[in-house]
Amino acid sequence: MRISCPHCGERALDEFSYLGDASVTRPDPAAADAADAFYTYAYERRNIAGPTQELWYHQAGCHAWLVVTRDTRTHEISDVKAAQDVALERVNSTTGAA
Amino acid sequence: MTSENQAFRLAGRGVVDRSKTFSFTFDGIPYEGFAGDTLASALLANGVHLVGRSFKYHRPRGILTSGSEDPSALVELRTGARREPNTKATVTELYDGLEATSQNRFPSLRFDFLAVNSLLSPVFSAGFYYKTFMWPASFWEKLYEPMIRRAAGLGRAAMEEDPDSYDKANAFCDVLVVGSGAAGLMAAISAARSGARVILADESFAFGGRLLAENRTIDGINSAAWVKAAIGELSSLSNVRLLPRTTIFGAYDGGTYGAVERVADHLVKPAPGQPRQRLWRIVAKRTIVAQGATERPIVFGNNDRPGVMLASAARSYINRYGVAPGRTAVVFSSNDDGAATINDLANAGISVAALVDARPALPDAITARAEALGARIFAGGVVSDAIGGSRVKGACIIDASGATHTLSCDLIIVSGGFNPNMQMTTHLGGRPQWRDDLAAFVPGAMPKGMTAAGAANGSFSLASCLAEGARAGSAAAADVGFDAKPIAIPASDEESNGISAFWHVDRAKHKAFVDLQNDVTAADVALAQREGFSAVEHLKRYTTLGMATDQGRTSSVNGLAILAQLTGKTIPATGITTARPPYSPVSLGALAGEHRGKHFKPTRLTPSHNWAKEQGAVFVEAGLWLRALYFPKPFETDAQTTVIREVNGVRNGVGVCDVSTLGKVEVHGPDAGKFLDRLYINMMSTLAVGRARYGAMLREDGIMMDDGTAARFAEDRYFVTTTTVNAIKVVQHMELCKQWHWPDLDVQIVPSTDQWAQYAVAGPRARDLIARIVDKPFDVSNAAFPYMAVAELTALGGIKARLYRLSFSGELAYEIAVPARHGELLMRTLMEKGQDLGVIPYGTEALGVMRIEKGHVGGPELNGTTTAADVGLGKMASKKKDYIGRVLAERPGLTNPDRPRLAGFRPVDRAARLRSGAHFVGRNTEPVAANALGHMTSVAYSPSLGHWVGLGFLSGAETRMGEIIRAYDPVRGEDTLVEVVSPTFYDSEGARLRV
Ligand SMILES: [Zn+2]
Repeated sequence: MRISCPHCGERALDEFSYLGDASVTRPDPAAADAADAFYTYAYERRNIAGPTQELWYHQAGCHAWLVVTRDTRTHEISDVKAAQDVALERVNSTTGAA
Repeated sequence: MTSENQAFRLAGRGVVDRSKTFSFTFDGIPYEGFAGDTLASALLANGVHLVGRSFKYHRPRGILTSGSEDPSALVELRTGARREPNTKATVTELYDGLEATSQNRFPSLRFDFLAVNSLLSPVFSAGFYYKTFMWPASFWEKLYEPMIRRAAGLGRAAMEEDPDSYDKANAFCDVLVVGSGAAGLMAAISAARSGARVILADESFAFGGRLLAENRTIDGINSAAWVKAAIGELSSLSNVRLLPRTTIFGAYDGGTYGAVERVADHLVKPAPGQPRQRLWRIVAKRTIVAQGATERPIVFGNNDRPGVMLASAARSYINRYGVAPGRTAVVFSSNDDGAATINDLANAGISVAALVDARPALPDAITARAEALGARIFAGGVVSDAIGGSRVKGACIIDASGATHTLSCDLIIVSGGFNPNMQMTTHLGGRPQWRDDLAAFVPGAMPKGMTAAGAANGSFSLASCLAEGARAGSAAAADVGFDAKPIAIPASDEESNGISAFWHVDRAKHKAFVDLQNDVTAADVALAQREGFSAVEHLKRYTTLGMATDQGRTSSVNGLAILAQLTGKTIPATGITTARPPYSPVSLGALAGEHRGKHFKPTRLTPSHNWAKEQGAVFVEAGLWLRALYFPKPFETDAQTTVIREVNGVRNGVGVCDVSTLGKVEVHGPDAGKFLDRLYINMMSTLAVGRARYGAMLREDGIMMDDGTAARFAEDRYFVTTTTVNAIKVVQHMELCKQWHWPDLDVQIVPSTDQWAQYAVAGPRARDLIARIVDKPFDVSNAAFPYMAVAELTALGGIKARLYRLSFSGELAYEIAVPARHGELLMRTLMEKGQDLGVIPYGTEALGVMRIEKGHVGGPELNGTTTAADVGLGKMASKKKDYIGRVLAERPGLTNPDRPRLAGFRPVDRAARLRSGAHFVGRNTEPVAANALGHMTSVAYSPSLGHWVGLGFLSGAETRMGEIIRAYDPVRGEDTLVEVVSPTFYDSEGARLRV
């Protein structure tokens, strides 16, 4: 498998390490249901057959975390974004809404 | 050599180099062959057909094919450390001095005691692994396994270390062409002429594939000559890389292909510095599978006898190697291509005794030719059995009317049609498709960027191979942006490709083999089906059909065709087993490459490693690092004596320990404090500039991740340390927090473990020594630089340095860091300037003893199951903020007061030794798992206290202080009474730290 790092270009799989689902985000620790929300966040992960968003780390490269869209059935990668960009968008949209 | 030498070599035929004669031995007997021979062709040139004994039945076996699909011509190559078992004679390139030995025979190839296994064949039938050796269990180890190992199995691996080296390389290209027959060459030329970067790989040492093996005409010249011209053009192009002797063994995601290049397998031994093999990782934008097709045998009685040979192989030996595989042949076919082999046989002067074809009617041209050759023609007939033992002596033929004929011959040429070599197209999950007109599976949907051309695609005629190859090559190049057009298709001579599916002669009198390498017969397939194993994947596992090193390339389709006949299903409905990499065996040496022995992982040495080595330090691996464990004096006979001396040296004077391996991270930015607050359980934003603080971090599930110190050098500049083994993991975690959890924080993380050499200077005389190291006017007095103070300064006369007043040992102590390149100088200077203070170096063992005496937790306590509260850091956790792991650390299960918590333990009998791993049970309680209260994690003999001390986790530790319990160690058979005490054994007030 090859991943196109937005900073370094297309690189071989062995430069990266995998973490997990990028569609879940760390819950609000101040929320009333924080205990349940963190439990779900830490342990209850889906096992999807199809396109998934995953967090990968460019360990042997630029140390960027990446959000990789990969089809688990074919390993086809359709999109790679810097996780920080995705996260900033998420943060800005929540603060904008509030 | 006598005139008998190479008696079967044909004059004026083949592409071997007759000017280069090579000597070789087989089972110790000397022979000669030519450059360009394989071991198989050279053996056949000398009339040697019997080359081995089979896996289960020890039946004599010969040379069935001329390629990497051969199931039976397996030999041991070379001797000593280079001895290599199960090498296919059919692809082994002959070299001068080659030594080969037959396998699996006892005591000799011709006479084999264990051929009686054939008489025991009911024992070895389908599923014998599962049935015969089931009971009683104790018999397995003592009787069955040694017996099977002796009787079944193939070659012997070398017992010595492989003396050769193996290389790894990466390559990138626009178009990868796999196979260099007609389709492959046309594809490569079409793509290459457009300027695309092309890699052309072929498993053979000679390019050309079947074009070398067939006597065909292209553009008016012989096919072998046409190949020479095509390769000439390709090798003149700078955008083309030719990889002969290279097997593309697997297709992987993202256009990645694994390949093994046999760089020096054709030499007695590699030249100095030359690798034996090279493992390629090829990344290709487009790939053309042009690997041709593999002929299938027809399953009949004694079809494994030496002298039974595939038609395509016979043509290879005649046309490519100039070798007659026999004198008199019977041809048994089900298709035009096989039947037309009579032409090649006749050209080679081999008499054709009979043409037996399962089809009731043959093309007129073939019938006419057979008649002209004086061959008997059996249309609609079969060869039911081969006659002969270690060599074919005749064929038993049943004609269309059912009458039996026995003919003498020394060669039975077989052709049951062709299976496209499309394994690569299925490596990523593609399913092949059945084509009735070809009686074969062809590639189905292929992975992105892959196409198949020529025989691999089911297009068997030469004309279609040439045309498809040209189209595929130009299409692939055009696809990736090159202006590519198909090149002109050269004219080729005509052929016919009719076939009628025919698999198995059910009237055979003798064993009829489907899988020659695993000794699986047609009867085994039938037995498996009767016993309910009628799904192809079950059949494969139960009979082992297709599971050998040949990957069932000559056997799997025949096996499932027989199964289909038995079940009454069609072949496509019966299905096909999944082909997985590797296409053909890859040596472990090639996969390991340079990563062997100590090269498996790099060894990291600290900047003053050489100094420590000079002192005679004993080293220990800590992650990738080598750390000094202790520094024995010549008169010290055991490690404990040394460690006690080192501990006493620190506690009573001053010692220096290399702590450079600790993970080090710079955390900079206006939000650095806020960021660290969210990472650590305690507050870091409140840390004063010029001070350090111990900190602990959790995983999100509330379990301890790591501990270390944070030092603050400026408002926006922190420096944190991690444990040695977690250095990389913690940086990765920090980056995740920064980039993914809190991208809006203005903070930067720079790992700097390798940038600093750092030394702990500990003991009552530490200040005296440090004062001699740092540059004036820096004041190291307790008032100016108290416990937990940090500073950036210079040392050793102008060298940038950092000084930390941290103590792991419990003594007055400092850690001093200088840029890594000055580490050795600093260490030598510390030793020199501290001589009159009695300075000693100490290793990680003494460090560990002192940390246990002080009750500091280490690796055995931070074991991935313990919380901050478990290890006694509960009070450190801030209630004023959120941090990673806070929420889940508060789960009831983790805050249960009965959870084992950190405590100290000392033996009631002060002379007794403690053991880590011992389980705690109440003094009067039975030592069973249900009564376990926890376990001991770290123990040491404490030189400071004069007895053993231990740390461990104990349920209800706080309420059990002073209680006497049992430390029960069933592994070592020890049962020791211990007293529960505070984990801090030494200087519990911390007075010694603050002086
Ligand atoms: Zn990168």
